Amino acid sequence: MSIIIDISNIKKVYEMGEEKLFALDGVDVVIERNEYVAIMGPSGSGKSTLMNIIGCLDTPTSGKYILNGKDVHEMDDDELAEIRNKEIGFVFQTFNLLPRNNALHNVELPLIYSGLSKADRIKQAQDSLANVGLADRMMHKPNELSGGQRQRVAVARALVNNPSIILADEPTGNLDTKTGEEIMSLFTDLNKKGNTIILVTHEEEIARHANRIIKIRDGLIESDNIKESSA
Amino acid sequence: MNIFVEIKESLIIAINAIRGNKMRSFLAALGIVIGITAVTLMQTAIEGINRAFESSIASVGADVLYVQKFEWFGNEDYEVYRNRKDLTLKHYEFLKRFSQTSSSISPSAGTGRMVQYGSLNLEGVFVIGTTDEYQKTVSLNIDDGRFMTAKEVENAYPVCMIGMDVKNGLFSNINPIGKIIKVGSYSFRIIGIIEKQGSMLGLFSLDSRVIIPITTFYKYFGTRRSLSINIKAADLNNLEETKEEVRSIMRKARKVPPGARDDFGINEQAAFKDTYNQLTALIKVIGLLITGLSLIVGSVGIANIMFVSVKERTREIGIRKAIGARRRTILIQFLIESSVICLGGGMVGMMISFPISLIIDAFVLPTAMPLWVVVLGLLISLFFGVLSGFFPAYNAAKLDPVDSLRYE
Repeated sequence: MSIIIDISNIKKVYEMGEEKLFALDGVDVVIERNEYVAIMGPSGSGKSTLMNIIGCLDTPTSGKYILNGKDVHEMDDDELAEIRNKEIGFVFQTFNLLPRNNALHNVELPLIYSGLSKADRIKQAQDSLANVGLADRMMHKPNELSGGQRQRVAVARALVNNPSIILADEPTGNLDTKTGEEIMSLFTDLNKKGNTIILVTHEEEIARHANRIIKIRDGLIESDNIKESSA
Repeated sequence: MNIFVEIKESLIIAINAIRGNKMRSFLAALGIVIGITAVTLMQTAIEGINRAFESSIASVGADVLYVQKFEWFGNEDYEVYRNRKDLTLKHYEFLKRFSQTSSSISPSAGTGRMVQYGSLNLEGVFVIGTTDEYQKTVSLNIDDGRFMTAKEVENAYPVCMIGMDVKNGLFSNINPIGKIIKVGSYSFRIIGIIEKQGSMLGLFSLDSRVIIPITTFYKYFGTRRSLSINIKAADLNNLEETKEEVRSIMRKARKVPPGARDDFGINEQAAFKDTYNQLTALIKVIGLLITGLSLIVGSVGIANIMFVSVKERTREIGIRKAIGARRRTILIQFLIESSVICLGGGMVGMMISFPISLIIDAFVLPTAMPLWVVVLGLLISLFFGVLSGFFPAYNAAKLDPVDSLRYE
């Protein structure tokens, strides 16, 4: 298996006046292709910061981050935008769909930013929506969809550009248990099809779906366990 | 991503955002609507005034020089002009004999008199004494009858040509040709009617006139008036040459020593234009500044709305950035939004001012909205769109994706 994320000694420091706050205090993680990883930790542990850095939304204060062979920590804003566009698919707790646009357009959006022609965009977006079981809801706006359907649209959007990793931040946090389970089985399916998935959560129930659980506390990795069954 | 695709996509986003906030976008654009309406109407008004001026001074004739004691718009003291020697028929004859670059020359003297026919009378009619060449010199057209002949001038016949105001004032239903009218206390026979001339700068009518032979004029009204000697240049393009020739002939005729200044004025239409331009330049600039100010106010309004819009859509910007929008993409998106609002406002402004310009043209003064004003108006609204959108858009572009995704 090939290495997709190689993080070594990453630190993220926030200066609060005189005091320095170490959100991440030297983290090393290596994630390989087709892994299904859950990052766990209580709030304030640094798991969100780690996720933002992995997702190239944020840059570390120090340390090295190599994503799919590319050194990310020296990239400028525009290069990071391109990495987010091509290498990463985000799924958020609050779905983060554009409310005024229909499902198809929401899924099309990353393709617009990568400069695809309209015909190709629509074709790929339709395929992606069909993949998550929403072929018949393409023209609906987010407020015309249920919570589970909205999250499926978000997953379709995350998948549409064939990213190296899917980053899901508490993807079931705003869903009821049953719908949450549906979304989790969708992730399991995607993982089986070869996608690399990184899940950030604080719920043991949800984390159990992953094959590897990394626990973070006070900016440091507390434990990193790979499930025996999947090994 | 290709810049054209980017602009096209941004345009779609902008139009959707404007549609989604119709009332707010309308209020934002209102300032630009008012500004563009004001600027274009101001230009239309200026155009109208210019046209009125052009048609007014057409009667002066672009190719005619007026040699007179006074200079139009001269800046010497009145005393200097008054103390100059009068221009007489002797000077006229001198010019007539020596000038080679002119096509016709005629002297004219004028005075105001009451004109009577039967029980009707007109006060303050301008009586001009001149020669048969006057018609050609100042390009008069005859509406009815004929102009006087050289013989009538030579023999001081009591004949006259009347202007339209005199005709309408004294002869409502009868043909004036051949009728006898009293000019002052002397009788004249009407031989011609001059076509309507209009008025000079809207101040005095050029049709309240009676033209008589200069010899008759001298006989009845005296010779103590300084003449105006009117010279039509043979070629408008060589007007300067004619002017120089006239100057040297006049200096000889009036025995002006070398080095001394002319003791006469050579007037021409250009003097009117220069003075007009000087007088109106300031008014035009001030007019444009004031109307331009309303555009700036409108632009501030749009900048204000755009700041609000960026704030409101912080989360949207975060989402767009998370899925790969670059700074430039966000910048362009908001710049285009404000440009569309401004351009829309500008177009609405034009749609308001264009019909108004037609109304002005029909009822107030002949004018038209110049095409360049339309083009310029749209460019200005686009400019203000970019200007007022820039800072809000720049703010949006540099938003931190993590913070903006967290924004509630």
